Amino acid sequence: MISSFLQYEFLQNAFFTALLIGFIAPLLGTFVVVRRLSLIADALSHVTLSGIAFGLMLDKKLGGFALTPFYTGMGFSVLGSIFIEQLRRVYKAYQELAIPIILSGGVGLSVIFISLADGFNTDLFNYLFGSVTAVSRQDLWTILVVALVVTSLVFLFYKELFMLSFDEEHAVVSGIHAKRIHFLFIILTALVIAASIRIVGVLLVSALMTLPVAASIRLARGFKQTIAFSILFGEASVLIGLVAGYFFEIPPGGTIVVTAILILIITLGFKKLQQRSHFKKVMS
Amino acid sequence: MSTNSILEIDKLSYAYEDKQVLEDIDFSIQSGSFVGLVGPNGSGKTTLIKLILGLLPHKRGTIRLFDTPIEKFKDWNRIGFVSQKANSFNTGFPATVYEVVSMGLTAKVGYFRFFTKQHMQKIKHAVDIVGMTEYLHKNVGDLSGGQQQRVFIARALVSEPDFLILDEPTVGVDAENVQRFYEMLADLNKNKGITLLLVTHDTGTMTSYATNIACLNKRIHFHGDPHSFEHMSDQDLSEMYGHNVHLVKHEH
Ligand SMILES: Nc1ncnc2c1ncn2[C@@H]1O[C@H](COP(=O)(O)OP(=O)(O)OP(=O)(O)O)[C@@H](O)[C@H]1O
Ligand SMILES: [Mg+2]
Repeated sequence: MISSFLQYEFLQNAFFTALLIGFIAPLLGTFVVVRRLSLIADALSHVTLSGIAFGLMLDKKLGGFALTPFYTGMGFSVLGSIFIEQLRRVYKAYQELAIPIILSGGVGLSVIFISLADGFNTDLFNYLFGSVTAVSRQDLWTILVVALVVTSLVFLFYKELFMLSFDEEHAVVSGIHAKRIHFLFIILTALVIAASIRIVGVLLVSALMTLPVAASIRLARGFKQTIAFSILFGEASVLIGLVAGYFFEIPPGGTIVVTAILILIITLGFKKLQQRSHFKKVMS
Repeated sequence: MSTNSILEIDKLSYAYEDKQVLEDIDFSIQSGSFVGLVGPNGSGKTTLIKLILGLLPHKRGTIRLFDTPIEKFKDWNRIGFVSQKANSFNTGFPATVYEVVSMGLTAKVGYFRFFTKQHMQKIKHAVDIVGMTEYLHKNVGDLSGGQQQRVFIARALVSEPDFLILDEPTVGVDAENVQRFYEMLADLNKNKGITLLLVTHDTGTMTSYATNIACLNKRIHFHGDPHSFEHMSDQDLSEMYGHNVHLVKHEH
């Protein structure tokens, strides 16, 4: 493993990319989960897919096109997030309606672009389920930039993002620019989703944002600790999943998500044991 | 500039779509007073407070806060607010008492700045005022309703507001703690000079602590000291309250 890691550039790319998304996906995911917006992550990942399909189609029709599908996917994701916000504003009382609209729109466009690009190929398969081999050095640099931007903005606006997540009305009354902060949050989410797709794939990216948080919320005390545990679980899932995916020659999306689910089950079991022993102590 | 007036409302009316909720409200609050706002369910109390806080846009009438028209008012951290649904937050939200109270300082600290040692001291002090120090690092979701309510009051207090607005903060708080809670408010009012506007249905308890009582039912029907409120005749009351008079008297 170590020697092939040193030998093959693609393994290094995959490893460092995984480290980065194992950090940013649960970081943003914590805000997404506590705001009960998990489904937005799903909607955005499907919009990203339509962008990727669009890129594949351009590639096919124009040949050697400068924008790789990775970038068109990112562009679509950001546009989709802006569109979701507009819809949520229009349907104030039915905000969740924005999600099926965007999700089905994303899938619809994907189908059209994919068939225009002459159907399924391995490239598309990699984007759907993630890949250990497909991450280029350039992708890694892009993801590094995304990760730095996302992390520093979350750090800078942490207290405002936290307040908005907890109690929007109170944030507004205090004079926080709730709309702008929310907008920032949704754009960051779109970027994180697009960046994570390289490794975990379109279909499983929302799992990487939510499963580590689901485990962490059961154990942590307070919001900062929830973020810390989420990142810890996220990194563990991504690294174990990546290695397993490499050895068994399975797309890493699958192994990463299964690892995250195992971690979730272990934490739930741990919590139960803890409660039981506490109960015994109280009773004796 | 006279700075005695904290709130001045003139000829304010408000309607949700076509439902007239507030009509021709004239109402003012002087610095240092402790005003109890009472009225039956649906009488427009929460609506009035949302207008005062700028959460609803007003079309007719004027609102002035600290001698500034609300349209130009920027000093929102001079006002603390505990909402009627404060403790109906997502109880699964992982935030400690400390973290929740810290939110009261977020706007005051400002963008691109971080909490300092001094801020942390203030947060701990506010938690201490409401007697929740022992729970500082517990998740708020794991506290009882009354304890959560106290945490939200600490969040409103931590920015050291001059004017504190509370919308039915004692819902779900037991009788003994309601008493303690009023004493705490009266203390804040007397010793810290915080002006208070409290919406409540506990008319009985209210009258022994407030300096002024206002009755709202679409219009302000009465605004005066608790003594004259208590000595209003049944007939006056039923005029203000319509048929809801018995409900109010009953709680008395
Ligand atoms: N968002 C809204 N849209 C339409 N009508 C509303 C809305 N909010 C309140 N109302 C109506 O306005 C009236 C006043 O409501 P408000 O919440 O101000 O009453 P309240 O005095 O606070 O009552 P309570 O004692 O139950 O808290 C009610 O008849 C209510 O049905
Ligand atoms: Mg109300």
